[in-house]
Amino acid sequence: MSNLAVSWFEATARQRLAALVDDGSFEEFLGPEAREASPHLGLFDLPRQFDDGIIVGRAKLSGKSVLVAAQEGRFMGGAFGEVHGAKLTGLLRAARKLGQDVVILFDTGGVRLQEANAGELAISEIIRAIVEARTAGCSVIGLIGGRAGCYGGGGIIAGCCSHLIVSEQGRISVSGPEVIETNRGIEEFDSRDRAFVWRTMGGKHRYLIGGADDFVDDDATGFRAATVAALAAGKPLTRTVLEAEQHRLTTRLARFGKAQDGYDVWKALGMAQPEALPGLAVEAFLDIARDRRETSDDAR
Amino acid sequence: MTLDDILAGLFPAGHSVQRQGSMLFGEGAIGGMEVVDVVGIADGAMLGVEDALTLAGRVLGLLGQASPRPILVLVDSASQRMSRHDELMGLSEYLAHLAKSLLLAQQQGHRTVGLLYGGSAAGAFIATALACDTLLALPGAHPAVMDLPSMARVTKLPIAQLQDMAKATPVFAPGLENLAQTGAIHQTLDPTANLADQLLAVLRKAAGQDERGGLGADRGGRPKAASIAARIDALASA
Repeated sequence: MSNLAVSWFEATARQRLAALVDDGSFEEFLGPEAREASPHLGLFDLPRQFDDGIIVGRAKLSGKSVLVAAQEGRFMGGAFGEVHGAKLTGLLRAARKLGQDVVILFDTGGVRLQEANAGELAISEIIRAIVEARTAGCSVIGLIGGRAGCYGGGGIIAGCCSHLIVSEQGRISVSGPEVIETNRGIEEFDSRDRAFVWRTMGGKHRYLIGGADDFVDDDATGFRAATVAALAAGKPLTRTVLEAEQHRLTTRLARFGKAQDGYDVWKALGMAQPEALPGLAVEAFLDIARDRRETSDDAR
Repeated sequence: MTLDDILAGLFPAGHSVQRQGSMLFGEGAIGGMEVVDVVGIADGAMLGVEDALTLAGRVLGLLGQASPRPILVLVDSASQRMSRHDELMGLSEYLAHLAKSLLLAQQQGHRTVGLLYGGSAAGAFIATALACDTLLALPGAHPAVMDLPSMARVTKLPIAQLQDMAKATPVFAPGLENLAQTGAIHQTLDPTANLADQLLAVLRKAAGQDERGGLGADRGGRPKAASIAARIDALASA
């Protein structure tokens, strides 16, 4: 462990990984020295990176061996290209064979448009590999608090994980703010209204509606403690789990289905002062949120 | 081909496929003993939280049979519905839930065969057609991750230049042929031949591992995905 107090949001993928796992325990597969860069970005005269924006390997967490992946949001917005996606697919297929858990540090805008078809398909292959690993009993834990958020197909992959840990800075959604604004107009979604963006798809809102399981500080200490706890509590994906998720998601629409703003949802949850929630520090927020939020009850 | 033509061609022994809004539900008889369950999305509709949930519920309801039947997923959709309401409710969870339901069905012994007969895009494509064990298409189907004008805006390249570049590689531009070359589409059906026979031939082949990486390598659309995934798998397993 090093730099446990470093801001998760500000850190690079390598700094996050180093701070998350047991000190010196990380072993990378096909690291930058292997020079497996994108075969497509050259066509667009764009710089390539020798790890294609994702680090995959094995590490220990509180002594337990796990497979880990960390996306680098500073390279192409952490987007899924052919090589980037295939590294995660391979890791998840290995997890199933080995019966090992996987921890994914998301930081992604979704599909890398310069290799859109390969990226879209990679996301589909990753989802299939996650379901196959989870039905075999592996846990797949997603950590979301990076600069690029967890958007597009990345958000759908997150929705396939067994457990999600989010910080206030984390955002999870399919269509990004700019995409909605471009398609539907600024009346539907003002992407420059940061406060509105966060109460629609930010970490606090996702935790409150049961879209994430843990809400932690923006540092490696918080993410590490929650990850270790989640690794100890894993259970396989079954029909019962998905039926419980069906019920959970049905209940959500019945309860909040008319809401147009995070404030409406939080009010319906019984929050006395919904407009005060965005300003609260982690502990103060959790004191209010814990008992009133919709829990996910492992129904994901 | 219209949806009615397609259904008549696939199910010469009759079908009960009904619309519910833009969703499709029912079953169809290919002939002999082969009956398949049908779910789908039609009319080029956008996939929002309510329909994703309804489709997933229907798929989950098909599980647990003594002898699992094939599930045919008919797809003519747009992208996921883009709105503040859908994202506020957590559309990512609803789409993931639908994809997981289809993939669990496959794990529990159902064949899941997608038939793309119109459009599909982005998150809706991932949650439906791409979550099947085998994806078929009819000529004229027009899948897209993102349309070229939007791509031009993001990449800051003129559309004409993108169109030119698309001739050299199938990796980014929309269209059935491009997606087939990357391995997304297993087979494009011949609409002039018997559709039921073609579906039956697909159902008789066992669904195995995810072979789309290998298809993409063989067809030249994804030169590295299969080998990178295999190398990571081998390194992790060593």
